Amino acid sequence: MDTVNFRDLSVEEFDTTTMLEHATQQAIQRRYEDFFIADIDGHHYETASFAKICDYIEDPVMRDQAKYQGFGGSGIAGANGASQELGGRVTRYPGRRKEKTPPTPHRDITLTKRWMDAIGIDQVCMFPTPMLSLGLTPRAEVEVALSRAYNRWLCEEILPAEPRIKSSLYLPINDPEATYQMVKDFGGKPGVIGFTICSPHYKAVYDNAYMKSYALIEEMGLPLVFHGAFAWGGDQSMSLCNRFLAVHALGFSWFNILHCTNWLCNGMPERFPKLKTIWVESGLAWIPFLMQRLDNEWMMRSSEVPLLKRRPSDYMREMYYSTQPMEMVHNREALELTFKMINAETQLMYASDYPHWDMDLPSTIYDLPFLSEQAKRNILGGNAKKVFNLDPTISEVKAQRLASRPAQ
Amino acid sequence: MSEVLVCKDGEIVEGGVRVITAGEVEIGVIRHGGKYYAYRNHCPHQGGPVCEGVRMPAVLDIIAPDRTFLQQDYDKNDMHIVCPWHAYEFHLEDGVNVCDKRIRLQKFNVVEKNGAVYVNV
Repeated sequence: MDTVNFRDLSVEEFDTTTMLEHATQQAIQRRYEDFFIADIDGHHYETASFAKICDYIEDPVMRDQAKYQGFGGSGIAGANGASQELGGRVTRYPGRRKEKTPPTPHRDITLTKRWMDAIGIDQVCMFPTPMLSLGLTPRAEVEVALSRAYNRWLCEEILPAEPRIKSSLYLPINDPEATYQMVKDFGGKPGVIGFTICSPHYKAVYDNAYMKSYALIEEMGLPLVFHGAFAWGGDQSMSLCNRFLAVHALGFSWFNILHCTNWLCNGMPERFPKLKTIWVESGLAWIPFLMQRLDNEWMMRSSEVPLLKRRPSDYMREMYYSTQPMEMVHNREALELTFKMINAETQLMYASDYPHWDMDLPSTIYDLPFLSEQAKRNILGGNAKKVFNLDPTISEVKAQRLASRPAQ
Repeated sequence: MSEVLVCKDGEIVEGGVRVITAGEVEIGVIRHGGKYYAYRNHCPHQGGPVCEGVRMPAVLDIIAPDRTFLQQDYDKNDMHIVCPWHAYEFHLEDGVNVCDKRIRLQKFNVVEKNGAVYVNV
């Protein structure tokens, strides 16, 4: 009879490193210490620091309102609900709230580095979570005040304290002047590697009011990120959905399909030829759909979009995309074709979306049999290094793993 | 095949899980309804620690004879193992994925004897 080691889960406290132990095993087996891995879409829960972020709201009355009211409602009757936890099935949501961290550094830094190290990620572009839907607030001034406070907090308390954490800052899209001011004020801050339009909103991205912001972002050499998310309450189409699966599957792609279509039909790639656009967290299946659909219509109606000198899909092949949530259930052939259609080797960038429920590990890319070793490394970090101008230093954990490897 | 001691009977509380490491293999031993189930602690999806999550009963849509929707309910006779990483679900009884029968957890035989619980590895 053998004796064994065991863990009794009924008495064990939640810990990110333990929860992701299998991800660490994958990192070791696949020798991720041999190359740089960037995650262009990781998240934190800014609401955990909401009181502190509120201190950065410049309007004293709104500051008090925000502190008193909190950020938003997430109960079952709320517009967006809290369905991410899947009725308690995805245990890291409640677990993380109770996870122990030391007094310093900031809790978000500790938790973020824990999951990055466990997974094998060297650098992350960190995004907020509930704020992805801030563009749907009926009060534009609230979007401006909260996003400015969040960006200030991030640039003063998080980014300078941890060089492995970067961010592409939130733009308050409902106020074009404030959007421009945000780019001007934060474009040169350490750790700021781009600007982000959170896609659920009802402003047209081709509005002339945004041109000077796009021009400035282009001049700064920074990418413009369109981060997908969903709208539920308040969106007449999505309000027809009664299951979160439907809202999520459609919403995260839909808003980027909408903005990408308008971006192309208004000739923005011709107007801003050096502005790199990145379409994040919409998966990949929408891209071949949109390429085919727009090309077909363009052949008949090019007179409506005279700025486009090439097929819409030609411009889309020069855009950038994040991997997650990558559709990969019994569709290997379709996935391979999608990678080919978007020039994945140079245009696709790995994203984990951790800690969200549909997160993807680097193995989702590394284990694809149709990719060359170079293509895998490009998608997992090399492309992000170029697009975001990152310093490709591997993490301390991976460097130690590399150093302790026996000589061959 | 070797017989590996998991615990004395009763050491795993009802609804509890003990994860053991036998050689290279991590096995989750689950106690539910007074019975023991043992599966490799590895989700075929992305490799998550599938036995370390919650167990939830199957969810049913209740449809009336006239095919109108009435409500949802739990089927407590069909408990699911839910992977904590992405919520992939597997039938507790046989480890088969609830969406695709081709996907299944590796099952281990559990033996109770002399007041102790063993798995055959």
